[in-house]
Amino acid sequence: MAIWLNKDSKVIVQGMTGATGMKHTKLMLGDGTNVVGGVNPRKAGTTVDFDGTEVPVFGTVKEAIEKTGADVSVIFVPEKFTKDAVVEAIDAEIPLAVVITEGIAVHDSASFWAYAGKKGNKTRIIGPNCPGIITPGQSNVGIIPGDITKPGRIGLVSKSGTLTYQMMYELRDIGFSTAVGIGGDPIIGSTHIDALAAFQDDPETELIVMIGEIGGDAEERAAAFIQKNVTKPVVGYVAGFTAPEGKTMGHAGAIVSGSSGTAQAKKEALEAAGVKVGKTPTETAKLAREILGG
Amino acid sequence: MDLFEYQARDLFAKHDVPVLAGEVIDTPEAAREITERLGGKSVVKAQVKVGGRGKAGGVKLAATPDEAVARATDILGMDIKGHTVHKVMIAETAPEIVEEYYVSFLLDRANRTFLSIASVEGGVEIEEVAATRPEAVAKTPIDAIDGVDEAKAREIVEAAKFPAEVADKVVNVLVKLWDTFIKEDALLVEVNPLAKVASGEVLALDGKVSLDDNAEFRHPDFAELHDKAAANPLEAAAKEKNLNYVKLDGEVGIIGNGAGLVMSTLDVVAYAGENHGGVKPANFLDIGGGASAQVMANGLEIILGDPDVKSVFVNVFGGITACDEVANGIVQALKLLEDRGEKVEKPLVVRLDGNNAELGRKILTDAAHPLVQRVDTMDGAADKAAELAAAK
Repeated sequence: MAIWLNKDSKVIVQGMTGATGMKHTKLMLGDGTNVVGGVNPRKAGTTVDFDGTEVPVFGTVKEAIEKTGADVSVIFVPEKFTKDAVVEAIDAEIPLAVVITEGIAVHDSASFWAYAGKKGNKTRIIGPNCPGIITPGQSNVGIIPGDITKPGRIGLVSKSGTLTYQMMYELRDIGFSTAVGIGGDPIIGSTHIDALAAFQDDPETELIVMIGEIGGDAEERAAAFIQKNVTKPVVGYVAGFTAPEGKTMGHAGAIVSGSSGTAQAKKEALEAAGVKVGKTPTETAKLAREILGG
Repeated sequence: MDLFEYQARDLFAKHDVPVLAGEVIDTPEAAREITERLGGKSVVKAQVKVGGRGKAGGVKLAATPDEAVARATDILGMDIKGHTVHKVMIAETAPEIVEEYYVSFLLDRANRTFLSIASVEGGVEIEEVAATRPEAVAKTPIDAIDGVDEAKAREIVEAAKFPAEVADKVVNVLVKLWDTFIKEDALLVEVNPLAKVASGEVLALDGKVSLDDNAEFRHPDFAELHDKAAANPLEAAAKEKNLNYVKLDGEVGIIGNGAGLVMSTLDVVAYAGENHGGVKPANFLDIGGGASAQVMANGLEIILGDPDVKSVFVNVFGGITACDEVANGIVQALKLLEDRGEKVEKPLVVRLDGNNAELGRKILTDAAHPLVQRVDTMDGAADKAAELAAAK
């Protein structure tokens, strides 16, 4: 089962012919992802060879969908052009768009998010500034290393890429149904809550690990959602207890403003909702292990 | 990026939000000529990015050009809540204020859109009004695509119950302020107070603007708005090398890959420090995914150049980048620094995990650098780094 991505997913890459796109398309193919095409209007009609796999390049997302039946697009285009790329994906009504690009202006993200809403939310957006989504053993869309872990019973949702990898590594023997990096920007598409809801409904997921960090109130909202709607065990981790007020810590959204967005408040909200919160990534993994008895 | 009041004033003026004249100076004598031009009197306003400057004595009226110089002399160099005043704005004196309002546009993260906040009870902190008289604060969601036209501005004015006689003028201010918000890629534009003066005019007397650093690619002028005087020298040096660095006040230098992992590393070091005399992380430094030897060397150079640092913790999870490359990077970086004549004397604790970790660890072991210690778990390495910092 897994969520949002499985072995039948047909993936196109917007920005495939750029350096980052080329590198990660090759890795995604290596992980068994069914990459059916790339999009670049200037190279439409050509093909790119990835170690013997010929991947066609289409002029538009719409054309790529018509010719391949693609239902996932992963976006690697530079930040200046990302908004247009996402809007194109939304216009083509692709069911899932995964936006890897980092450094997108907030007005651009706000704009494509509003646009998705106006078009009836037919496209689920993950990101921007995220590592993507992996259903181990089936499909890997984005830049998450495919060989850290195996298929299993843990669902993972995280604002941070490297903490996703760290947690997948700590629990690699148990394995994951799906791991999704939602990104650390102030405005993102899919949220912790979207992933929690999907994992709750996924029969293969027995436990959910949720990783948050300072900034905004997404974790507090997720806590309220868990209390009402999630019956599966949830283990949490929050990064940034030592972050000073008013400083952006790497991710554009990772900032404590006044007394809001602190790690302490997030931890307390999650604990009040019955989530076991680890002090360190390793302790968090231990909590998950105890619950699963693995 | 938060702006100074004078920079906010200039942006407001650029987009036709009504403001008073004002110029920024950093030497007292310059106040004379500006005050003369303003008709012989002025207000001298400390430029600091912190509230409460009025109460702290950072805003003074000057009745003559000489007095303006005297007040500027008093205020320049003043400390306001830990912020040194390097600049003052010499502003036109406000006509008699009849009423004070509040208007702003900002990012609403929770709802993934923009928000307008307006109140007829301005002139004080809006958080205070929201806490004590929430009914006096009108919050109106703004669609990121539709924006604020005259009709939307009127909706805000009605929601906040602005008096009828200023409604049209406030609508105009709101439309112009939205223009500023959109065209400057702002995360916040706030006018407080928006004042109704004796003549009936409505003027933005003070304001706050925060701009989106990610939008710098379409705003080359943003570069001039950075506050170079306030930047920590290490932060400035790191920025020049394109490193994502924040100076903190502890003793354990931190280098890691990925913002989340580095934030987590700071926390884990702080916990470990509780058992080692209370040592804390000295900085945030994210060297990103594909950290080359060059980037590692640049990072190490910044960290080792921080006199507060007593030990260094390099925490890397090899994702796409393999740990053997990272290990080679560390070894080459140390050599690079030594070749540059930098003396490396602080102990380094390195934790490598993930892709090709075994190979990476072997490279470090074989290199046997006298200052480098390998600890293979994040919590264990943090403890070791804290212990070394405490022992110094």
